[in-house]
Amino acid sequence: MSKEKLPYFLLRHREIPDLDNLEVYRRNGGFQAFEKAVTQMEPTAVTEVVKASGLRGRGGAGFPTGLKWSFIDNKNWPHYVVANADESEPGTFKDREIMEGNPYQFLEGVAICAYAVQANAAYIYLRGEFWDLAARLDQHIAALEAAGLLGENLFGTKYSLRIYTHLGAGAYICGEETALLESLEGKLGQPRLRPPFPPSYGLYGKPTIVNNVETLTNVPLIIEKGADWYRSMGTEKSPGVKIFSLSGCINKPGNYELPLGTTFRELIFEHGGGIPQGRNIKAIMAAGASSSLIVADERALDTPMDYESVPSVGAQLGSASVIVIDDSVSIPWLIDKTTHFFRHESCGKCTPCREGTFWMSHLTERIANGRARREDVELLYDVASQIRGKCLCALGEFSIEAVLSGIERFRSDFDVAVGEIQVAAQVEQVPASD
Amino acid sequence: MMAKMVSLTIDGKHVEVPEGTLVVNAAKKVGVDIPVFCYHPKMEPVGMCRMCLVEIGRPMIDRATGQPLREEDGSLKIQFGPKLETACTTPVSEGMVVLGATEKAKAGREDNLEFLQTSHPLDCLICDKGGECPLQNLTMGFGPGESRYLYDEKKHLAKHVPLGELIYLDRERCIQCGRCVRFQDLIAADPVIGFSQRGRSLQIVTYSEPGFDSYWSGNTTDICPVGALTTTDFRFRARPWELRAAASICNHCPVGCNLTLNVRREAVSGGKWVVKRVMPRQNEAVNEIWICDKGRLGYHFGRQNAERLKKPLVRKNGELQSATWEEALELVAERFQGVGSGLITLASGRLSNEDLFNLGKLTQSLGGRSLLYTSMAGGDLTTQIGFAPGTNFADMGKESAILVVGSDLEEEAPLWWLRVRQAAKRGATLIVLNARNTKLDRDAHYSLRFPFGMAAAAVLALVNALSPKRPELPESIQELARSNELKGAAKAFAEAKDAVILFGSDGMGLAETQALAQACANLLLTTDHFGRPNNGLLGVWPRANDQGAWELGWQPSMNLPADLAQAQALYIVAADPVSDDPAYLNAFDGQKFVVVQDLYLSQTARLADVVFPAQSWMEREGSYTSGERRVQRYYPALQPIAALPPRVESPGTRRAPLLTGLRAELDGPQADFAIPAYLAEKLGFEGFAHASASLVFARLAAETPSFSGLTYQKLAEVHEQWPIVGRADMYYGGTAYENTQGLGAQLALAQNGASLLSWPQAADFKLPKLGGIAFPITRLYDRGATLMHSQLLHKRIGEPYIVLGEQEANRLKISQGGFVRLTFTESQQSVVVQVKVDKNLPERVVLAPRSFGLPVSGPTPVELKSAG
Repeated sequence: MSKEKLPYFLLRHREIPDLDNLEVYRRNGGFQAFEKAVTQMEPTAVTEVVKASGLRGRGGAGFPTGLKWSFIDNKNWPHYVVANADESEPGTFKDREIMEGNPYQFLEGVAICAYAVQANAAYIYLRGEFWDLAARLDQHIAALEAAGLLGENLFGTKYSLRIYTHLGAGAYICGEETALLESLEGKLGQPRLRPPFPPSYGLYGKPTIVNNVETLTNVPLIIEKGADWYRSMGTEKSPGVKIFSLSGCINKPGNYELPLGTTFRELIFEHGGGIPQGRNIKAIMAAGASSSLIVADERALDTPMDYESVPSVGAQLGSASVIVIDDSVSIPWLIDKTTHFFRHESCGKCTPCREGTFWMSHLTERIANGRARREDVELLYDVASQIRGKCLCALGEFSIEAVLSGIERFRSDFDVAVGEIQVAAQVEQVPASD
Repeated sequence: MMAKMVSLTIDGKHVEVPEGTLVVNAAKKVGVDIPVFCYHPKMEPVGMCRMCLVEIGRPMIDRATGQPLREEDGSLKIQFGPKLETACTTPVSEGMVVLGATEKAKAGREDNLEFLQTSHPLDCLICDKGGECPLQNLTMGFGPGESRYLYDEKKHLAKHVPLGELIYLDRERCIQCGRCVRFQDLIAADPVIGFSQRGRSLQIVTYSEPGFDSYWSGNTTDICPVGALTTTDFRFRARPWELRAAASICNHCPVGCNLTLNVRREAVSGGKWVVKRVMPRQNEAVNEIWICDKGRLGYHFGRQNAERLKKPLVRKNGELQSATWEEALELVAERFQGVGSGLITLASGRLSNEDLFNLGKLTQSLGGRSLLYTSMAGGDLTTQIGFAPGTNFADMGKESAILVVGSDLEEEAPLWWLRVRQAAKRGATLIVLNARNTKLDRDAHYSLRFPFGMAAAAVLALVNALSPKRPELPESIQELARSNELKGAAKAFAEAKDAVILFGSDGMGLAETQALAQACANLLLTTDHFGRPNNGLLGVWPRANDQGAWELGWQPSMNLPADLAQAQALYIVAADPVSDDPAYLNAFDGQKFVVVQDLYLSQTARLADVVFPAQSWMEREGSYTSGERRVQRYYPALQPIAALPPRVESPGTRRAPLLTGLRAELDGPQADFAIPAYLAEKLGFEGFAHASASLVFARLAAETPSFSGLTYQKLAEVHEQWPIVGRADMYYGGTAYENTQGLGAQLALAQNGASLLSWPQAADFKLPKLGGIAFPITRLYDRGATLMHSQLLHKRIGEPYIVLGEQEANRLKISQGGFVRLTFTESQQSVVVQVKVDKNLPERVVLAPRSFGLPVSGPTPVELKSAG
């Protein structure tokens, strides 16, 4: 089933050495798209091309990028562009590689987006741990300014743009766009009530486009090669290429740039080299810690990884951080990890998430450590269900995905954990799935 | 312009509300209580507690035709969302169907309450909020009844976290609703508290030094839906259900905030009734549901402490000795008889309308002079073109202009600051005209500065920019007068449909405020902004009932020390001139007969021949007239000292017993209105009432034109207010009390309102080349005799100080916190005080806070010398 390998479009540094050098990037066509946009295209025309390309947000929600840009409120000025480089979903490490290896393509994407919505300032919000990366991006931005590619009156036009980096202080929630904006404003990172959405009420209350790093990195090529070219890859509703961050019980973890619609099987077994020590695959988390647990049966493995198909196996593609779980892993242990993560990262603004993740973490801890009874599993399921549909933002809603799907789809693991099924050598004899 | 009306049904009830109304408020209007924690009707919604979840359905629209789809029976086809929605963030829409009592909605609330209780300590038994706690009430009303959470897994947190010395935080009880933080950010504009950390570690912290540095901090304890925030004054002092409530009016400033005094009888006080706390009482035309911390925490002077005067004192053999009322009244009546114009009655606006009426009437009957003890003039004008009936800050918005001149409004009258600010937020044009920067500048559209001493001239400059009959302007105001800013402000003021002026006494004394008031009146007359609702002149008076005193004909003397010195007899009521300025000592030469009537043995009372003990405002009935000319009643909360045991007739649950025992023989302190009436009786004057305040008020209304038609019954009238607070559902608006005992009534304007006024004197005022000028300013927390009884506030009040500009401080080689010797040029008295530095003040300017022991009642020449 293996198709002809496409060249890299996002991870181009894997083929072109020293692509993080502005000269090298420009020799390879860099900043021609931006120049073309600024000197030859109306801002709305740029948005139209992106709209036509069918590019969808790579941060997880999959919202059509061009449509988002077209929502910018032109009655309220100034406008801002914010690149979401918080990359905090466990199992996601694609934006980091882009920014390290192919930073100028990302920055060019930021610039084109800023031009499309006529923003004169753009911010790159990086997670606090990316301090080193932020320093390098600052150097790249300085290089762009020195080269006249950022600054005042670009390419002799009236358009001006500055890009700034900003480091977060280590909070998962700041990957949520409104919490990110609060944090960028210097406030406590807590999500805002939506609506209004950032294109009408964003940074400092002004219309703002917030896009993921990978999303923006696609943009220069779309402007350069056209929407039709982009639509030639991927599926009809999920066009283009995507970086899949593959991790967990896998022989060759890493980032894989593949067309959307590539199957789990191809990613895991062809590109990822399969499961270590010949163990059996048990479950897949397609969207990091925010995932439902997909039962890794044949049907699931043959499911194309695109925004429409993954729901058919009871999950979401999200940021496509694929964590592979093999049969050595106890699901109660796994969800204990995810609930502790969410408990630690809950911002505390809304009640169900703040209290619910705290409570769930106690229950999963007891269950995973063999100190629980059957009723605790029922209670855990109840608590998770109680959180559902009541939270202010998606964090709380995501915190229950692994819990509910884990209990629903891997019940026998829980029965083992609470001592209802006796096993001699526990791990090996747990069925891969039921 | 009327808002478009939207109709919808909530739990089967049809309701029609203006477009933009939130579902939770629409429900409230038809008596459906949707429970909330984070939502507060005075603040923008944030939707974070998730308590108000309801099912919301909306009519389905045919996409092709744009018409609503209908069921077979012709009714609208309603589509419900998959999730519950927050009623507090969702605006109503036409045809909406809200279901708050379905299984799904009830389950949502139950779920949320179970979540909240997992972190709650359930220490209701020792919690100050117990009994009036929204969390308690809602858990009883909507909660699951039992928790499945293991008690041992509870996270325990600090329970006594001081956010400063006034407010304590119990971290375990906090449910992170953020009401307090939002109140401080949005309403108090003191963003001194906030959230720190996240998740279950989220906690309220203070950013300021001293902690929770705001005059509004106490309000956060009212709107806190749990017992997380409590005042140091009340925490662990009583349980809410032990408390009875007496309606009252704050007497610290001219706003007239409506209060509830919570009292209980307690063993530790010998079985007496004691005021345990002061709470706001809703009056949307006055204080809404807020009060400042001075009103909340500064009530202790009215309590029955050991220092209070309990019996009349008569000077015998050179010493003040206890006497009977009979003896003291006899003596005073005898000595007042025949003194005629030699009598001066000096009283302050701390007294009620009834007190001032009887005192004035007695003085008139004796042929003496009644003088108002105040540092601010202009009340003759506010009685004529003051706030017209129907004026309400809440109604001021886009079509209004508000000029605040010569006032540090938050310090002088905090609630007016709050309400003026909100009017500005609603779009009213706010013009702040002052000699120095104040907190109100932040919200002003025009912040104009005039040179010190030039307030009246600055207002005349506004008139000058508008009027064809232009007043001449002194030289030092010319720069401001020529500025585009001032011209813009003048134009905005003139063109506004409605306009009001608030004038204060920042840096000014009697003469300066008289000129200022006259200039302000001219501006209002020139621009036709008087005599109708939301127009007119407001004096930011130093005392609660100064406006009432002016209305009743009391006026200050422009040369009080001389007048007092020349009098043969003095009757000084609720005033302590000797403490304020030692210059008054000259009047007490032992030659004249001096009667002092007060709560405490003041410095002035120590020099008296007879001292009458007065009842505090907590112990009696009365009425005050606020600066907005609203007459409001207050009710007795305590049994007067030494009165007969109360005859308690099973009072209502939240109402204090009526405490007016009739006495066979006078004993203990008496009401200020009663004492002059007793004297009148002794003197054989007719027409005085002393048995009750209402009788006095009836005579007052009959004899005073502007009070005509008012009765105590009328003052006690109420109507439903929005938001609805204080009923069983106190979770909605906090623990502010519902107003059941009277919203008061505004006075009619005096008939001669439109008479033309002369231009006031606006001579040039120049700062001296040597020495300096001390200008009096008002600080909310002062060292006045009343406030110093509230020990809790001592740290905030601080020691006496003056404020100097940076250049002045540098010239004297003093820095912040250093000391100077301040010598008053005229009297050559001197005092050593601490210095605070304000970099914006010009050289030669000294700001002297009033009631801090410095005898500065108006601009006063001084000399300064460093004192280390």
